[in-house]
Amino acid sequence: MDTPVQHDGAQVESSVDLEAIMQQAAEHKGCGTDGGNSKPSCGSSAGQGDMPTEIWEKVKNHPCYSEEAHHHYARMHVAVAPACNIQCNYCNRKYDCANESRPGVVSERLTPEQASKKVLAVASTIPQMTVLGIAGPGDPLANPAKTFKTFELISQTAPDIKLCLSTNGLTLPDHVDEIAKYNVDHVTITINMVDPEIGAKIYPWVFYKHQRYTGVEAAQILTDRQLQGLEMLTERGILCKVNSVMIPGVNDQHLVEVNRAVKSRGAFLHNIMPLISAPEHGTVFGLNGQRGPSAQELKALQDSCEGEMNMMRHCRQCRADAVGLLGEDRSAEFTTDKIMEMEVDYDLDTRKAYQAQVEEERVAKVAAKQEELKALAGEVSDIKVLAAVATKGSGLINEHFGHAKEFQVYELSTDGAKFVGHRRVDLYCQGGFGDEDSLSTVIRAINDCHAVFVSKIGGCPKSDLQAAGIDPVDRYAHEYIEKSAITWFKNYLERVRSGEIEHIERGDADIRQGALIEVA
Amino acid sequence: MAFKIIASQCTNCTACEAECPNLAISEKGGTFIIDPEKCTECIGHFDSPQCEAVCPVDDTCVIDQNFPRYQAAQ
Repeated sequence: MDTPVQHDGAQVESSVDLEAIMQQAAEHKGCGTDGGNSKPSCGSSAGQGDMPTEIWEKVKNHPCYSEEAHHHYARMHVAVAPACNIQCNYCNRKYDCANESRPGVVSERLTPEQASKKVLAVASTIPQMTVLGIAGPGDPLANPAKTFKTFELISQTAPDIKLCLSTNGLTLPDHVDEIAKYNVDHVTITINMVDPEIGAKIYPWVFYKHQRYTGVEAAQILTDRQLQGLEMLTERGILCKVNSVMIPGVNDQHLVEVNRAVKSRGAFLHNIMPLISAPEHGTVFGLNGQRGPSAQELKALQDSCEGEMNMMRHCRQCRADAVGLLGEDRSAEFTTDKIMEMEVDYDLDTRKAYQAQVEEERVAKVAAKQEELKALAGEVSDIKVLAAVATKGSGLINEHFGHAKEFQVYELSTDGAKFVGHRRVDLYCQGGFGDEDSLSTVIRAINDCHAVFVSKIGGCPKSDLQAAGIDPVDRYAHEYIEKSAITWFKNYLERVRSGEIEHIERGDADIRQGALIEVA
Repeated sequence: MAFKIIASQCTNCTACEAECPNLAISEKGGTFIIDPEKCTECIGHFDSPQCEAVCPVDDTCVIDQNFPRYQAAQ
């Protein structure tokens, strides 16, 4: 890492012990740590790198764990777990709009049998579907019978599909053996605090051992159980990712401490997500005016934790019944009525053939990036810029500016092109903006970027972007993102050096909230 | 006497059904209902009524004033 990591004194003092613990945890998981840097070398990087083959095999086709895999592989969530055992101030279980996209929300509840049929139907239609997750809409482990019955049915009929679940962790220690029994190899725990005083501001209550606890007492129980569960998973070699919701003024600074706590207990990836708190969702935070972070605030926190551990940047905060590639939702094609009528032909060979083709694409893409990285060899500059990319996937610049529902954001430096996030630019579900406003919406969402890479762009938006100081780039249409971005950046540095242009820092950008809606 | 569920507020999340020690809760017409014949307000089972404690919406599992309070067998 060439970026200095700013942390508080307490962390510096304990860094020696932490390093020893981390090394232990990493060795246990088969991940190496490199030299004086305590960052484990596995997680969300673009390729295998120096990641041990065993871990790489587990994460490479998992869209929620590998930043690169999510361009190629799809996941689905089945909503078999409606009950929850805690209350979070960012959740309102009553809200359900078909256009709504955020965790905790589904359109219909499934039985384990319906869920199993749905998984087979989707896997037969979408061969790149490799992952089945249970994420709610409540907590999977507050509905253990339904959750594990679903896993049992799917592991019998579609053994090649990876199983994972996402939990608040309250009852996790009680279910670790069963999680291991069904070969669930990925578990996500949402950990927003390790300090119960902060927890009391996020969780009004937990229901534990037949009793409702509130305040600091509730948060103490929750954090104890979460960390115990994480340790138990690590001991059994089950990969564990930690999700944290960044709530400015409540836990934003504290998440650095959370990062340290989960890293030391063996979590292999940390996903810090922005709070979703639109007032129309009716959550406590939405109603009391608690804001979410700006794009710069989110990135700064992710960057400050990255010195310690791999950070996930591509989370789309999916619905609990999402189907398809991240960022797209095909759940409407697979309602219970439709799947019960479908003739399902689960053809493992077709799936394997498709996935082999995807592997070829991935290898070509990585090769292109490596080749272009050589072009940056010898370049030394402190300049870092962000670039937005319109893409439909496959690692290519292949989306029209006006059709993009989201932009991927890469940080460009002499170290290369690094994926650091994505920005949604679709319209709000309710109220909404007119077409005439959509361009300013896009500009607000990518306002921190120096350039936007597109396959095509009209004359009007082009001049508006230029006026806003964002360079619209369409000369790399249908080429690889990272290779093109590096070429552009090299040219940018040359123009700055020659005095043709002046390097100016960009401002902040908005993180869009609300529904993901289809562009007609 | 018994608890009842305010149907207009029920999110249909099923949490109460699994917690009821008397198996008094079942799904009906898209939401959940409590059988007043079976409900004991959790007296003799737990310190607090389980449906009320686990319900995600406040004031949704409430005492039904149409019935006398439950009396534990002496």
